[in-house]
Amino acid sequence: MATKSICLYFQVHQPTRLRLYRFFDIGKDSHYYDDFANRTILRRVAQKCYLPMNQLMLELVNQYKGKFKIAYSISGSALDQFQRFAPEVIESFRALAATGKVEFLAETYYHSLASLASGSEFEHQVKKHAAKIEELFGVTPTAFRNTELVYSNGIGEEVYNLGYKTMLTEGARHIMGWRSPNFVYTAETQPRLKLLLRNYNLSDDIAFRFSNKGWEMWPLTADKYVNWLKESAKDDEIINLFMDYETFGEHQSAESGIFDFMKALPGAVLADGTFSFVTPTEATKKHKAIGDLDVEDPISWADEERDVTAWLGNELQQEAFNKVYAMTEKLSIVNDPDLWEDFGHLQESDHFYYMCTKFFSDGEVHKYFNPYDTPYEAFINYMNVISDFQIRLDEKRAALDVKETVQKELKKAKKK
Amino acid sequence: MFGWEFPPHIAGGLGTACEGIVKGLAYNGVETLFVMPSASGDEDQSATTIINASDVEVDTVSETVEEYLDKVKFIHIGTNMVPYADPEEFSRLVEEDRKRQVKDFSISYGQKYKFSGKYGANLMEEVARYAMVGGTIAMQRKDEFDVIHAHDWLTYYAGIAAKELTGKPLVIHVHATSFDRGSVDNIDTRVFAIEKKGMEMADRVVTVSDLTRNIVINRYGIDASKVVTVHNAVDFSGRENLEVKRGVKEPVVTFLGRITYQKGPEYFIEAAAKVLKRTKNVRFVMAGSGDMMNRCIRHAARLGISDRFHFTGFLRGVDVQKMFALSDVYIMPSISEPFGISPLEAMRTGVPSIISKQSGAAEVLKYAFKVDFWDVDAIADDIYALLSYPALADFSNRMGFDEVNALKWNGATAKLKKVYESVVK
Repeated sequence: MATKSICLYFQVHQPTRLRLYRFFDIGKDSHYYDDFANRTILRRVAQKCYLPMNQLMLELVNQYKGKFKIAYSISGSALDQFQRFAPEVIESFRALAATGKVEFLAETYYHSLASLASGSEFEHQVKKHAAKIEELFGVTPTAFRNTELVYSNGIGEEVYNLGYKTMLTEGARHIMGWRSPNFVYTAETQPRLKLLLRNYNLSDDIAFRFSNKGWEMWPLTADKYVNWLKESAKDDEIINLFMDYETFGEHQSAESGIFDFMKALPGAVLADGTFSFVTPTEATKKHKAIGDLDVEDPISWADEERDVTAWLGNELQQEAFNKVYAMTEKLSIVNDPDLWEDFGHLQESDHFYYMCTKFFSDGEVHKYFNPYDTPYEAFINYMNVISDFQIRLDEKRAALDVKETVQKELKKAKKK
Repeated sequence: MFGWEFPPHIAGGLGTACEGIVKGLAYNGVETLFVMPSASGDEDQSATTIINASDVEVDTVSETVEEYLDKVKFIHIGTNMVPYADPEEFSRLVEEDRKRQVKDFSISYGQKYKFSGKYGANLMEEVARYAMVGGTIAMQRKDEFDVIHAHDWLTYYAGIAAKELTGKPLVIHVHATSFDRGSVDNIDTRVFAIEKKGMEMADRVVTVSDLTRNIVINRYGIDASKVVTVHNAVDFSGRENLEVKRGVKEPVVTFLGRITYQKGPEYFIEAAAKVLKRTKNVRFVMAGSGDMMNRCIRHAARLGISDRFHFTGFLRGVDVQKMFALSDVYIMPSISEPFGISPLEAMRTGVPSIISKQSGAAEVLKYAFKVDFWDVDAIADDIYALLSYPALADFSNRMGFDEVNALKWNGATAKLKKVYESVVK
């Protein structure tokens, strides 16, 4: 086994898009989702990306007899949609799981930002997600990746307390300074939590730049890329390539040659011999940590800033975020399964992303992922849904009060 | 009578008012010919004869183009309104436009011009052409009318052309002024110039409220003796009250209109925040759209009231009725409102209304709650009182309903008839 490593992890997520929900619907209609859009988009992406890419990955794992390894993190929201609209995708992930060379990571079930809002909700979602992975794929996740790679000292501790010793995050420049992301680090406040940092340059070469003909490096070939990997890891140990799975066939079309590139990459890497492939959990066992990282304010893999302003940067986003999490306590008292489920979907980070008003350097990326014409429309629609949800919650709460009062009265009557 | 629009295809309140006026005049025994730039043929002609300016050729007035232009030489073929052009680009556009229009006019002389009848980018050009066609129509029908009546600045040039060519008296009707569209320091000077010209050339100026009358006298410098207020009315005939199932339990306080500076939307938001500090049992709705909408959304979010303060976007037709039917309090905090018909609609639907003293409607509505637009404490007080003391809301509903039903165009147009009589020799 080569001493240096490449760790490939793919993020699989699909948001539960909301339907056009008007003021007039509040209190009358509590179905919030655009089932048609969700089904259509999911089936399209399944055909273009999930199914062909899973097939390719399976062939490669088999072809290289276990020397090619990858990791996935699949959000619960995506898994729910696969089960409803494209169960064959679940089957193809099962086939990958059965090889034993594919690691499935833990994350929040609803691809949420609960780690920034509520400890109890975060814990609930992490456990719910792990249970779902066990149920579907028969494996228990041992490494954690938070939504959008959001990380801070505090989140690191929570994650460790939930039983994870490996966590993935961004090699954000403002945190790394002169240090290289190509090593394993530990959390400053929890030395037993090991951190894997995304090499964003090399990851984005594939995820963002691959098909850009204006890029001076275009076209990218596997051999060229292996040279870059070697160059980057000259004095280092591990290169973490983390990206959205939808890169393959959806963001970068099949015609761009992205599948051919991925087909050639494992062979090129293994033939060169500098690197071997590892999964995240293997990586933290194989490599020693060389230092700790102090991250006071949350970082993420998004935008130039690598912070959480894509979701919580403006007053609309903060207002929506505060309003939805303000309901947590009442929800636990009422403890109604339907409400819990809607509450989960309403926490998906995508809803807040749609309200982003940063339309400058990262505007193109934002627009690509956004079903709304303006952040204002996204906000109004979301708040209308929240209003209806709040009404349902209050009604259940009131009904519960009545029930309790009646029971108390009955007890009193019995005593007499 | 020169108008710009007529129901059913209308963009604002002007068309509706014109329909009320011609119907009322018919009731009072006054016949009208109603000229509009672009008629679609489905207008109700029971009370008036609609003349579609798009069907008329500009060729029967004078022998030559020169003679015609000489008679109506006051008409400056202005440039189109081009928003956000920088000074250099603007002057280039003006120059290009002037050349093009002289050419166009020479060609179109003797031809029909297809008006859009909208409020688009070439509005100024349409206004000028409408004047040409208006003059033609007036000459063609010289023996059929006694008075020329022009509604709002879009038609003033047409009115003046008609007066110049026929010598008949001109009444112009001021539904709004430039000062109701922009702030005092920021008005469209080209529109202002047309308005002033129209008022000066008119034999009588009719205003929809005393508020507007004062603006005409003080800001346009018009002789007070020829400015007459005829308050607007509203026609509720054929209107049935809509039964709407309510989704929200809480009472609803509604603002409905264009979300622009003049309508005072931010005073509503501030008042809402004040009310919400005292009671959570209320929802606020801002219905409509406009250039301040996004700013208002942010404003409400900043105040942390977005779960109780809703935006609907632009509402049309039956949704407007639905919105009134869903409301418990209506609010119009306009900074400047020549009249403002919407509180009348609200009160007719049984919704008590809070309106600003800076609106023409405040002059005729005894049973509406009147506040200064800037006095958010007073607005909040009134909202809270109407929500908390049912007797108050009931009283204001009952009296308000009778009050607005009494505001009929038949009465308003009887006054208008007197104005006509005063100018016909």
